[in-house]
Amino acid sequence: MPKALHTHGTEIVLLAVIAVMCVGLGLTTERFATLGNAFDLLNISAVNIIFAVGLLVVLIAGGIDISFAVAASVVQYVTATILGAIGGGEWISGFLIAGSVGILLGVFNAFLIHTFRIISIVATIATFNIYFGLLMFFTRGVSIYNLPDWLTTRVILYERELADGSWVEITLPVLVMLVCVAATWFLIGRTTTGRQLYAFGDNPEGARRFGIDIGAMQYIAFGWLGLMAGIGGLVQAHYAQEVVPNALYGRELDVLAAVVLGGARLGGGKGSVIGCVLGVLLIAITQNGLNLLGVSPYAFKMIVGAIILVAIALSNSRLETLFGSSRKEGARP
Amino acid sequence: MTDALDRGAARRPLLSLRTITMTFGGVRALKGVRFEVMPGEVHCLAGENGSGKSTLIKIITGVYRPEPGAEIEYDGETYSHMSPVTAQAAGIQVIWQDLALFPEMSVAENIAFQTMVGRRPRLVDYGAMRKAAAAALKRLGVTLDVDRPLKDFPIAQRQIVAIARALVGEAKIVFMDEPTASLTQSETDYLLDIVRTLSASGVAVVFVSHRLAEVLEISDRLTVLRDGALVGVYPTEGMTQSRITELMTGKVFDQTVRAKPVAGRPVVLEVEGLSRQGLFEDVSLTVRQGETLAITGLLGAGRTELALALFGMLRPTAGTVTLEGRPVRFASNRDAIAAGIAYLSEDRLSLGLIQPQSIADNLVMASYDRLLTGGLLSERRKRTVVADWIRRLAVKIGRQEDPISTLSGGNQQRVAIAKWLATNPKLLILDSPTVGVDVGARAGIFEIVASLAADGLAIILITDEVPEAYFNADRVLHMANGRIVNRFDPRVTALSEIEAAVYA
Repeated sequence: MPKALHTHGTEIVLLAVIAVMCVGLGLTTERFATLGNAFDLLNISAVNIIFAVGLLVVLIAGGIDISFAVAASVVQYVTATILGAIGGGEWISGFLIAGSVGILLGVFNAFLIHTFRIISIVATIATFNIYFGLLMFFTRGVSIYNLPDWLTTRVILYERELADGSWVEITLPVLVMLVCVAATWFLIGRTTTGRQLYAFGDNPEGARRFGIDIGAMQYIAFGWLGLMAGIGGLVQAHYAQEVVPNALYGRELDVLAAVVLGGARLGGGKGSVIGCVLGVLLIAITQNGLNLLGVSPYAFKMIVGAIILVAIALSNSRLETLFGSSRKEGARP
Repeated sequence: MTDALDRGAARRPLLSLRTITMTFGGVRALKGVRFEVMPGEVHCLAGENGSGKSTLIKIITGVYRPEPGAEIEYDGETYSHMSPVTAQAAGIQVIWQDLALFPEMSVAENIAFQTMVGRRPRLVDYGAMRKAAAAALKRLGVTLDVDRPLKDFPIAQRQIVAIARALVGEAKIVFMDEPTASLTQSETDYLLDIVRTLSASGVAVVFVSHRLAEVLEISDRLTVLRDGALVGVYPTEGMTQSRITELMTGKVFDQTVRAKPVAGRPVVLEVEGLSRQGLFEDVSLTVRQGETLAITGLLGAGRTELALALFGMLRPTAGTVTLEGRPVRFASNRDAIAAGIAYLSEDRLSLGLIQPQSIADNLVMASYDRLLTGGLLSERRKRTVVADWIRRLAVKIGRQEDPISTLSGGNQQRVAIAKWLATNPKLLILDSPTVGVDVGARAGIFEIVASLAADGLAIILITDEVPEAYFNADRVLHMANGRIVNRFDPRVTALSEIEAAVYA
């Protein structure tokens, strides 16, 4: 068996599924197989990919976070307020403020989890409610439309009209997304800190015996997700050109599903940036394809749910399924 | 092996401990113990559970600090106590029973993980890591694909990875805690070879194992502890299993063949030509009332699969099973339990018992429906039933409500047996009941088996330790490659003959 199948099995399967879907949709719809549509998909998915790579780091470290999407909404409000107070600001101050507030909210999760030994799902369900509750209380559910001009103006880094009349566009969200993806890849794949995160998620006791600082692992993982949530929040506000308190409510489950689809394991120690990006894209392509096929939008969630179930079931069935005796069958000559 | 001993004797000990005392909450875990290891020797630390072996290892590796008065001399330096950092830096490495490995990570990363740890975050040097891993494996004379994730390898090879990891840490002395507990015979032989390679390259190995045959095979000397005190230090040459057992427990166990004639008794289970493709073929056997039938053979011979088929958890593809004269066909193990078959699984810790739950809840887990009054669980009846079994099997417990994880291996095994006896079975299948259980407790378990047989229970005992089968069963079946290849009667066949057949 080729080596790649051992180390990148999930990614290869996802790529294959995406390829099959693309060919199928390309043959059945007119619009799908255009470059314009491909770039639309990328622009639409940018925010989710930013969230996803952040969540990936937490999953690798053996945690889970339900609160990051509403935390991103909190970041949007706080950032908009601060920007108003300092007289407008620009992209750099925007990212600095959003990133810092995001990190703060993420680190609060790590603090609860590490200091009080609360398991991450419980801690972040609590902060999910706290963050969202505070947000609704202080905003009274009112949206912000008067954002600074620099934030609501579309930033097009590259555009070209194609022969078929569609437009190829690369916008700022895509650039930010690429930076976040590269940074996360570098963190978890190329630094000792990243490998410690994997080790900690894989076998916490083993990591402890190596003298890895368990607290630092939690703060780094949740801090990184906080940073990504902050950045993603700002980019989403830019994309939507408004700040709506419940705009991101529920997004956490979509992103979680995509990340798990991409091969990350609830329980830690496993997952890759490429898989994670492919997971988000697969779901985006499915929705896009269903849209182009004229399927009712009410059916989307159901179909996406079914795809996730099938994908996870298939990837699990490769593992030992036959209770305890599987090890011994493996040992048979 | 005596070579190593002679060489060692001429030199100063690598590690020498004197007057080591340790108290936990008023209980003396170690009482003025002395322990010495020569460079490059294989030294066995023997003793029952609770004799102080683990405490001693934890003192040497710096996890615990001994009471004042302790003297530790290691590699020419004197210490009053160790710390995990000084111990590791000085080349003292432990291979824990749970290995502390990372299954999702590559073999190379597992072996050279030390290079990932340190004060400042750095870039990962995958090349250097792979090189270090390959070098460590080469020293052990092993080739493994270091880029594959560790989870792709069986436990025996993970063991090797853990040893290679110790070598990367420049080990001068390696402690191995029960390294063979979950290995098959051939895997064990392989591991023992690695230990020899290690010792020949000058690394001392301190070996802890419940399997005395291995202790005799691998070690140069052995130190025996009992109840936290030193019994003595002995050269392995000239030792026997029964002598070690005697030293460890302070008791003499009678190792006589228990086999008795059972020919005329009523048949409980009759199996004819039972097959399941790829797992076992054409198995025929009978078990009679009060009989203990042992099935032995190497791990992977199909013994457990056969047992699972009898217990309704694997569907046989051919053959018949008759229970007390009636042909049976189970759709699930619920049917099998209802028909009077009980199966004590091999992996007691993960499959047989639910660790965080109480002793009482574990004990009645398989027999809840016997405790119902008017559809509701009767707590009073549960207490009585539990108390009754605890007494009958002489389980040492604190309170019924304590989690089962608070019990020793031997006592957990008794609760697991009681759980099945509470279902009032006709046939009890015991799959490797003594794995991870120490000598004294093993004897206790076989006392229970003998008394259950005397009460008329039919028992199938599955074990890969031939002596266990030989001394405790009425008949011994030898299974290999899914077939029953030999049938022995311990009353007429010598142990050595059966061992020769099985381990050949």
